Amino acid sequence: MIIATNVSKKFGSLTALNDFSVTCNKGECIALIGPNGSGKTTFIKTILGMVVCDSGFITVNGCNIKNHWEYRSRIGYMPQIGRYPDNMTIGQVLDMMKDIRGKQNKNLLDEDLIISFGLQPLMNKRMRTLSGGTRQKVSAALAFLFNPELLILDEPTAGLDPVSSEILKEKIISEKQKGKLILITSHVLSELDDLVTQVIYMQDGCLCFHKTIEQLSIDTGQVKLAKAIAQVMQNK
Amino acid sequence: MNKLFCILIQLFLLSSLQARVLPVGKGKQFITIKTAITQARKGDTVMVYSGIYREKNIVLDKPITLIGIDYPVLDGEYRYEVISIKSSGVTVKGCKIIQSGISSMEDFAGIKIYNCRDVVIRENILENTFFGIYSQYGTNCTIEKNKLTASQKEEQQSGNGIHCWKSDSMRIIANEITGHRDGIYFEFVTNSIIWRNDSEKNLRYGLHFMFSSNDSYIANIFKNNGAGVSVMFSHDVKMIHNYFEENWGDGSYGILLKEISDGYIEHNRFVKNTVGIYMEGTSRIQMNGNVFERNGWAMKIQASCMDITVTGNNFINNTFDMATNGSLVLNTFNGNYWDKYEGYDLNRDHIGDVPYRPVSMYSVIVEKNPPVMILFRSFITSLLDKTEKVLPSLTPENFKDAFPLMKPLRL
Amino acid sequence: MKKVIKYVVIDILRNRIMMAYTLFLMVLSFSIFGLEDNSAKGLLGLLNIILIIVPLVSIVFSTIYVYNSAEFIELLVSQPLKRKTIWMSLFFGLSISMVLAFLIGAGIPVFIYQADITGMMMILIGVLLSVIFVAVAMLAAVKTRDKAKGIGVAILLWLYFALLFDGFVLFILFQFADYPVEKAMIAISMFNPLDLARIMILLKMDVSALMGYTGAVFKDFFGTELGMGLSFVVLLIWIFLPLGISTKRFKSKDL
Repeated sequence: MIIATNVSKKFGSLTALNDFSVTCNKGECIALIGPNGSGKTTFIKTILGMVVCDSGFITVNGCNIKNHWEYRSRIGYMPQIGRYPDNMTIGQVLDMMKDIRGKQNKNLLDEDLIISFGLQPLMNKRMRTLSGGTRQKVSAALAFLFNPELLILDEPTAGLDPVSSEILKEKIISEKQKGKLILITSHVLSELDDLVTQVIYMQDGCLCFHKTIEQLSIDTGQVKLAKAIAQVMQNK
Repeated sequence: MNKLFCILIQLFLLSSLQARVLPVGKGKQFITIKTAITQARKGDTVMVYSGIYREKNIVLDKPITLIGIDYPVLDGEYRYEVISIKSSGVTVKGCKIIQSGISSMEDFAGIKIYNCRDVVIRENILENTFFGIYSQYGTNCTIEKNKLTASQKEEQQSGNGIHCWKSDSMRIIANEITGHRDGIYFEFVTNSIIWRNDSEKNLRYGLHFMFSSNDSYIANIFKNNGAGVSVMFSHDVKMIHNYFEENWGDGSYGILLKEISDGYIEHNRFVKNTVGIYMEGTSRIQMNGNVFERNGWAMKIQASCMDITVTGNNFINNTFDMATNGSLVLNTFNGNYWDKYEGYDLNRDHIGDVPYRPVSMYSVIVEKNPPVMILFRSFITSLLDKTEKVLPSLTPENFKDAFPLMKPLRL
Repeated sequence: MKKVIKYVVIDILRNRIMMAYTLFLMVLSFSIFGLEDNSAKGLLGLLNIILIIVPLVSIVFSTIYVYNSAEFIELLVSQPLKRKTIWMSLFFGLSISMVLAFLIGAGIPVFIYQADITGMMMILIGVLLSVIFVAVAMLAAVKTRDKAKGIGVAILLWLYFALLFDGFVLFILFQFADYPVEKAMIAISMFNPLDLARIMILLKMDVSALMGYTGAVFKDFFGTELGMGLSFVVLLIWIFLPLGISTKRFKSKDL
């Protein structure tokens, strides 16, 4: 579903992505892992078209994303920090998103998260009055709202309380089972254990490896993702 | 009874002997005005009934009265002077005089007074005459309630409305003049009065006044003339209760005063003129009770003026109150109301406690460098003005009103 | 695009600074007209508001709003929307809000106290200036990444248009005092929307003074229908040029 071919991106003298190539298919749940500044977020932003790559190209569903925008109707994105116009209410933000997506997406809306996060009573609250966690819930709810084929979640559980975090995980698993492609970045590796089927490990803008979780545990002899990654890093 | 009748008849004969009435018109005793005039004797009245009379130049050379009934039209066919008055004691009344000759060599007029006195020209209508009413060496004449209209576009093709040259003791009263070169023109005219005239939309000046002394002009309206009013090279002129309005344009003034001395400018209104009063080489003028409203500059006083006293006037809504071109100030400006005054009155005597400086720095700069006008009302110029008010450097130090009024005078 | 504009406008109109601005304009305008015994003096006060406060608030508020919306813009970019649409929506949202605030704050008092051609001209010019400075602010915001720097640039730009440019013009006028520079001045004034706006209003307000001397040259140009039309076109260019450049920049900008 996503094919990145030789993607490079420089911010000034800093190389964020260096000849990066990767292929992600439907039904996979991929953890995007790497130390800080390894280019994870840049990669995500490149897929979303927020960052324009210097060379190489990316296709989503066989369509080159350069100068295109329609493909994003297939993507649900949950940003690391969700900030919304201060004076909009949650309801208005949701309405706006529905307005924007409305015509392209005739599927039923997926309001599971709104209900399970208990956002409904808060619909008239202004965004600026919300806590970081609640805002994160709104972001998550938005990402799943339109039943997208591709979900990109940037640090989804950061800032969420354990209960909500569990709800979100359940949701991710259920979506995975529907055959969607899910890309997750997280620093809390222990959380990813039950979720992911594949791991992409990045360093300095390069792809270190792209393995299934089974392959990884065979290679490292570790069952837990956290320990496996730790071993990989030590070996380097 | 018979006796009484006889006396009446005798009286009638007597009076008709002294002053007869000679009717002119279709089916009347005389067909042409000229024949009636030849028949007329001193003191007779030529009564002209309505109709169109094309009789070239009509000369009134004896003291008779020419009266039009229902405004008979005397047509000069754009070739002749219509009426020439060459005898004292003539009266012309109620005629409609049109289309006098136009010439650059001769001063053709609708009615011209040649070197005589005690002439009365009253209630006539003059249309499209070159000069309207012209007095040359006239003395003690009255020009009253005439209505003069011309419609030329070029100054050269148009003469003045009421033109007086080397005349004395003239009374110019309640005339309406539009479309001429100058509405009223005075040159070498003395001891005369211009009263309640309405001079509007003339090509050049509403009133043009030169080398004429001991005259007064009172309660006239000068409005929308090409260059306003110009009073030059005269002394002892009184200008009272006049309106100077909407004299707009490059080089247009409410009044232009040049080489004037010993006069009074009192209770006049200057509204919406580019410059209300422009003074040059003027001295010993008393100005009070005038209202200056919505002018570009209320007054421009050049440094060549002295002993001008400006007191008790209202300055309201003018773009600039005063402008001058030098630093020498020999005039006084005390006790006026200035709407731009921002001072205070702690002792409540209705007189501001700090002096007002009517010359703004910006107006000084504009005077020196006119294109700076493009920065008018910009932030930077108002900053400059404010700084200048605190620390005067460019504006003349003693150009000030030491006793500015807090409230406008009732004028 | 309409959908996004709607929500941007809703957001800005609830903004406290915006409400304060509207209220401030209204109190100021009413007190100017109410306290001055003649309305011409009131108009003069209003002129200063339009030429100084409106651009300042418009440029600073818009810049801050664009920076504060960085994450929101990111979110919108991740949605199936064209970048041009997003940027235009932001521009229209800001413009509509600024214009609305101005119309309520200053428009109503003018309609009450001075509903003549001069008043209408002022409102029109105020609206145009509000929009121009939104466009300029968005250009400043898209060009600089850092928020503090961006706001600094916005304030400097305002200072430049409101003061420094005229200082420069004054300098030129004195340097070339012996030359006929009036016509050149007309051209130079086109480079500052505030100068152009001021002259257009003054021609309606101070006819008598501007008719005198060189004023006549300006009057001959700006007073004619052609000059008036040209001035309006230039003001519109002052909206579309910065907007075009900033849209182009935004299209290829990394967020």
